[in-house]
Amino acid sequence: MYTSNTASRLLSALGLFLLLGGVARAEEPPLYGFGRMATPAEISAWNIDIDPTGAGLPPGRGTVQQGAVLYASKCAACHGSTGTEGPKDRLVGGQGSLTTPNPIKTIGSYWPYATTLYDYIYRAMPLTAPQSLTPDEIYSVVAWLLHQNGIVPADAVIDAQTLPAVKMPNREGFVPDPRPDVLVR
Amino acid sequence: MSSPDQEKSDPSNRETPEEEPVGRRIWLTRAVSAMGLTAAGWIAPALLPAVEQNHTDPTRIPGRMPSPYGSRASTETTQRLTTATHSLTPHQSLHGIITPSALHFERHHNGVPAIDSDRHRLLIHGLVDRPLAFSMNDLIRFPSATRTMFIECSGNSGKEWKGPTGKTVQETHGLMSTSEWTGVPLATVLTEAGIKPDAAWVLAEGSDAAVMTRSLPLADVLKDALLCYGQNGEALRPEQGYPLRLVIPGWEGNTCIKWLRRLKLGVAPFMTREETSRYTDLMPDGAARQFTFVMEAKSVITSPSGGHRIEPGFVEIRGLAWSGRGLVKAVEVSTDGGQTWQPAQLQEPVLSHCHTRFRFGWRWDGEETILQSRCTDDSGFVQPTRAALVAARGVHSSYHYNAIQSWKVGRDGQVTNVHV
Repeated sequence: MYTSNTASRLLSALGLFLLLGGVARAEEPPLYGFGRMATPAEISAWNIDIDPTGAGLPPGRGTVQQGAVLYASKCAACHGSTGTEGPKDRLVGGQGSLTTPNPIKTIGSYWPYATTLYDYIYRAMPLTAPQSLTPDEIYSVVAWLLHQNGIVPADAVIDAQTLPAVKMPNREGFVPDPRPDVLVR
Repeated sequence: MSSPDQEKSDPSNRETPEEEPVGRRIWLTRAVSAMGLTAAGWIAPALLPAVEQNHTDPTRIPGRMPSPYGSRASTETTQRLTTATHSLTPHQSLHGIITPSALHFERHHNGVPAIDSDRHRLLIHGLVDRPLAFSMNDLIRFPSATRTMFIECSGNSGKEWKGPTGKTVQETHGLMSTSEWTGVPLATVLTEAGIKPDAAWVLAEGSDAAVMTRSLPLADVLKDALLCYGQNGEALRPEQGYPLRLVIPGWEGNTCIKWLRRLKLGVAPFMTREETSRYTDLMPDGAARQFTFVMEAKSVITSPSGGHRIEPGFVEIRGLAWSGRGLVKAVEVSTDGGQTWQPAQLQEPVLSHCHTRFRFGWRWDGEETILQSRCTDDSGFVQPTRAALVAARGVHSSYHYNAIQSWKVGRDGQVTNVHV
């Protein structure tokens, strides 16, 4: 086992190595020369992913009240008026159910990151018109969904700063793959 | 040529099924003699009813001309079983290891997009030295590679967690198929863009209406992932990702992103919906396993299987075995509900990360019994019993069900899905 002193020395050495490596590393030239440089415009048109740091979240904001209106008109037909009725995925409730004989996986009970809501709703929802919602609309419906799940208060404002700061109830609920876990013989 | 034909085509006038075609043949033979062979060959398809043509001796009539794109025999009818989100491969009717492209299972998250290959681009950006855009022609110019591999949806057999649900092997194991895949190694194309030293994950994104995404650990996919444009010798089928699909040997099907449009290199997983709320495996203690990529060793008897009916006497037991960790090392078959096991014959060549066909000659004595198969791969992993799998993971993990499949043979020869 390392002492903390040894560990910090190792970390310093590693940092120095990475720094030197980064400085000393020469870019390898392309081997085949196929393809072309991507333009900033085509990158930004497709660069729609939002990671847990919130990188990529656009300007804009939304409230729970605005989200209630949007949800009722664009989401409730598939997910139910309170997010629990379906017929499609249940979005609300289920907290505390994961260890029971009837686990209910929802945004509130299962999703580990609030940023995933923005990413997914923009790229894939509503099912019949993906990528049709504006940033303000998405922030609003995210605010409503988080409030329905008891995660943010009724007066919450969701934007690029507040969304990554939301701590989801099941944030610590995921573990790495331990398989093989079923051993025979 | 009125009366004989009209009488015969009325079902109410039919005699025994055995006699009826003979009567036709006599009539047809006479007609052919009277008209001459060439004339009959020309007249018969136009004037005789379809049933009559089927009973025509094919050695006496010239066949149809060559066709630009082939189709199967009109009497072959096996097909995929479709739902709104997926379709299932009919393994009960297939031979060998290759799944015909038209019968390869489908799973998509908002339909099959219509993509013009000439306009399709692959964008590579993020932690690379040079963000690059490739046309399909660019990608096809790179050194290519071909591998025959299975793709299995992690939800294959998923309904079996809760009990014996599927009636046929198509329903229990239809979310897997094998094709010969051709493309350019992912490593070749990423190296062309220049991988920055701190890149550790890659986001792969499709250009379907779900803009399907998965984060993948870079070190793993650099080893053997392929950017595929070929399937069984021709361009990918639309439902398999035309014109470009990522195929990762042995990993759950949803990581093999179809209609691939973008690869973004980053330092950490992007935590998309498909790797958080979906494709994670809930355990009894409430913890969910994440990034469970590998499809573990599994096998299933495809014939006889659910819905088949067998006769006493010789029965060749046929099935498929596979492992996402590598090679199938052995398959054993039990014809007594798991009490005794005997080695099955493996069809050569056995390929890594590929379906392996196994066969076992058996003589059924007409008594009720249960048929099972069990796969061992070259990592030493042995396919578990359902009891062992459920003891380890409970019944709510949805994905990665790879237990031994049991088919009960009743005294009437009827085969059904049971759990033992």
